[in-house]
Amino acid sequence: MTSTNTELKVIGQQLPDLLLTAHHHMCPGCGEPLALRGCLESISDLGLSQRTIAVAGIGCYTSFSMTTDLDLVQALHGRAPSVATGVKRMLPDSIVYTLQGDGDMVNEGLQEVLHAAARGENITCVLLNNGVFGETGGHMTATTVLGQRTKNSLEGRDPTYHGFPILIGDLIAQLEGAAYVARGSVHNAGSVARTAKMFRRAFEVQMRGEGFSFVEVLTMCPTGWFIPTIEGPQYMQDTLGEVHIMGELKVDGVIHTTDELHAQNVLKAAEMEKALARGGIDT
Amino acid sequence: MGLRLTCGGNTLSAHGTVIIDTEICKGCELCIEACPPRVLTMSSVVNRLGYQYPELQDGCTGCAACQLFCPDFVFEVFRRPRAAAATTKEQS
Repeated sequence: MTSTNTELKVIGQQLPDLLLTAHHHMCPGCGEPLALRGCLESISDLGLSQRTIAVAGIGCYTSFSMTTDLDLVQALHGRAPSVATGVKRMLPDSIVYTLQGDGDMVNEGLQEVLHAAARGENITCVLLNNGVFGETGGHMTATTVLGQRTKNSLEGRDPTYHGFPILIGDLIAQLEGAAYVARGSVHNAGSVARTAKMFRRAFEVQMRGEGFSFVEVLTMCPTGWFIPTIEGPQYMQDTLGEVHIMGELKVDGVIHTTDELHAQNVLKAAEMEKALARGGIDT
Repeated sequence: MGLRLTCGGNTLSAHGTVIIDTEICKGCELCIEACPPRVLTMSSVVNRLGYQYPELQDGCTGCAACQLFCPDFVFEVFRRPRAAAATTKEQS
């Protein structure tokens, strides 16, 4: 028995190196810790732990500011990209990223992120997009898709009354200053692994000083969506995933269209199923 | 208050195994669906938070899908080289 134990190799660590404890205040079935794991693991894999400064917005994920083992600034609601701009300009050798939700970035601070992208600030902005204000009770945000039920659109979002959703990733990809724009998702293990690679590429773009990088991650919020936790991933694919298409929207100055991303996603899903059938995802 | 860790059933013939930190699990059941060989089942008892937690049955492949997909950082995944696992299987 002892000889077989020594052969066992750790494939997946319980905690990312940059997280102090596994205890957190997120609801069961929340997608934000999954996105955070990818972000923190890519920072430690790239060897940036000692010179990374995080800027957190306001949302559920803000409670991770107590347990993340990084220098961290807490910004006002929606103002994280502006704070990050200041930090990066004063400390050009540091790696600066912001952590924001859709309510924080798209409702409160749309102008901050658009101007930071247009100026081509050399920072990385991370958006955790679940289509609701999770922290304050699950009401509608600007990214809530048409027909989605929230606390203040109980019959579903109606375009004649509530307006149309803002696709922030597509919007930022149009700006000259944006060097890398990607939209990930955490609806299954394969997409979590793919999103982790997007984080890695975004930080590499910042290390090379190419300009603004942006990673949007679609996350589950079963509490805000009034659904059982187990139905969260499928619900997300059927609502948010149908409108906010997963994929790399802008790489090396080339903007990819929704149709191209759709075709890529079909191929990736088939590959991932084969990988899992073989018994392993190598990230 | 210590953490209770469970290591699943018959791991000798399996390619991989997981350690489950049951006391921090919030019982969301995402891992049950995420597991490709379907070897995780929910417990009939609850942890001190009052949630059911996953238990490992025989047949883990060590693919780490549960660890990637767990919002509460419950899993630690181990894998054994394919050759070693096959030899053990023949012996048993």
